[in-house]
Amino acid sequence: MISVNSISKKFGRQEVLKDFTLSFDKGNSYAIMGPNGSGKTTLIKSILGMVLPDSGEILVKGRSIKGKEDYRKDVGYMPQIGRYPQNMKIGQLFSMMKDMRPEIREYDLDLVEAFELEKIKEKTMGTLSGGTTQKVSAALAFLFNPEVLVLDEPTAGLDPIAAETLKSKIRKEREAGKLILITSHILSDLEELTNQAIYIFEGEVFFNDSIESLKEMTSEEKFSPAIAKLMQWTLKKKSTTKVLTHA
Amino acid sequence: MLKLLKYALYDILKSRFAIIYTVFLALVAISIYQVSDDLSKVSLSLMNIMIMVVPLISAVFATTHFYNNLEFVELMLAQPVKRSQVFLSQLLAVILMLSLSILIGFGLPMLLWGADSSLITLLAVGMILSAVFTGFAFLASVMTRDKAKAIGISLALWIYFSLVYDGFVLYIIYSFADYPLEKATLGLVMLNPVDLGRILMLMQLDISALMGYTGAFFKQFFSSGIGMLVILMVLSIWLVVPIGLSGRIFKKKDF
Repeated sequence: MISVNSISKKFGRQEVLKDFTLSFDKGNSYAIMGPNGSGKTTLIKSILGMVLPDSGEILVKGRSIKGKEDYRKDVGYMPQIGRYPQNMKIGQLFSMMKDMRPEIREYDLDLVEAFELEKIKEKTMGTLSGGTTQKVSAALAFLFNPEVLVLDEPTAGLDPIAAETLKSKIRKEREAGKLILITSHILSDLEELTNQAIYIFEGEVFFNDSIESLKEMTSEEKFSPAIAKLMQWTLKKKSTTKVLTHA
Repeated sequence: MLKLLKYALYDILKSRFAIIYTVFLALVAISIYQVSDDLSKVSLSLMNIMIMVVPLISAVFATTHFYNNLEFVELMLAQPVKRSQVFLSQLLAVILMLSLSILIGFGLPMLLWGADSSLITLLAVGMILSAVFTGFAFLASVMTRDKAKAIGISLALWIYFSLVYDGFVLYIIYSFADYPLEKATLGLVMLNPVDLGRILMLMQLDISALMGYTGAFFKQFFSSGIGMLVILMVLSIWLVVPIGLSGRIFKKKDF
């Protein structure tokens, strides 16, 4: 459903994504992992059209997204750090977002109800705590019942109850056959919510397969040690490339 | 587009700045009206203040607003809306707010104590200068990632067009005083939107006789329909070019 064809992106001199190729299929849930600064958020923002790759192309439903905006109707995005107009009230924010997609009339209010956002709709965004802002972001991402959900560190900053609520919502949507992309550093969450693992290292895809085959490859039975092994391999790769460049 | 503009305007009109700026302009206008009864003197004094203050406030406010509103812009960019529309709605909201402040702040005292054609021109010039300097400010803002740097560039442009450029023109006029300079000065004036606004005003005021032969030449040129057309065309170039450039950069910017 989404294919990323050899995109590259540089910020200044730093090459964040190098000839990056990936594809995401409907009905799957992808865990996007990698150390800080490996290019996870850049990848997500490229898919959303917020970051424009220097070369390569991204196709959503077979059509290039370059200069297009309509495809974003089908994408629900929950940012890592939700930044909203400070003077706006929660209720106004929701009605504005609904106004942006006038053709969608049926809203998915599961999370709005679960997080009891209706009760605090008169609060302004600037006065909310980090966790409450995350709740608003999550509720907005699911509001329009999108086909694709892009969740950047969804459970970070949420209290345990809210995190569980969100996770069960993600599970529900996954069963409904949606494409879900999740980045996170919380491996237990990823294991619960995803079936495909993608490990990005220094702007390149280091691993991309199902979680089952990841476990097989690393001959580990559990997810976390398997990822730990993967990380060790990347470090080895790094040291070998260093040796090679010195030679 | 209109929806985006509605929300952008809603946000900006609610800010305290819009009210403070309007009240400030109204106070300036009221106090000048109190000092003199002669309308042309009033408009001359108002012009002298406006030509300094309006570009300065427009440049600084537009830059700060652009950076303070990055959150809103980022939020909108993840929605199914065009980038160019997000940009234009932000820009138009700032221009509309600044123009409204001038219209209300200067316009109300004019309604109370009367106005002539020069004062109406003053309103128009004020709005045009607001728009031009908002364009400069947005250009400075999209060119850098740093708010302080962008404000610095905006201020530098204001200093250049309001102070430095006039010194430069005077220097040239003095150095080449022995040559016929009318056409050259005319050309130099075109390179500065603030000067264009000032001349547009002065031509309404009938004091060009004070400016000697060049003044007479200016009067002859600018009072004619063609001169007026040229001025408006050059001003619209000053308006459209920075906005077009900043729009293009905005389209390619990463958020």
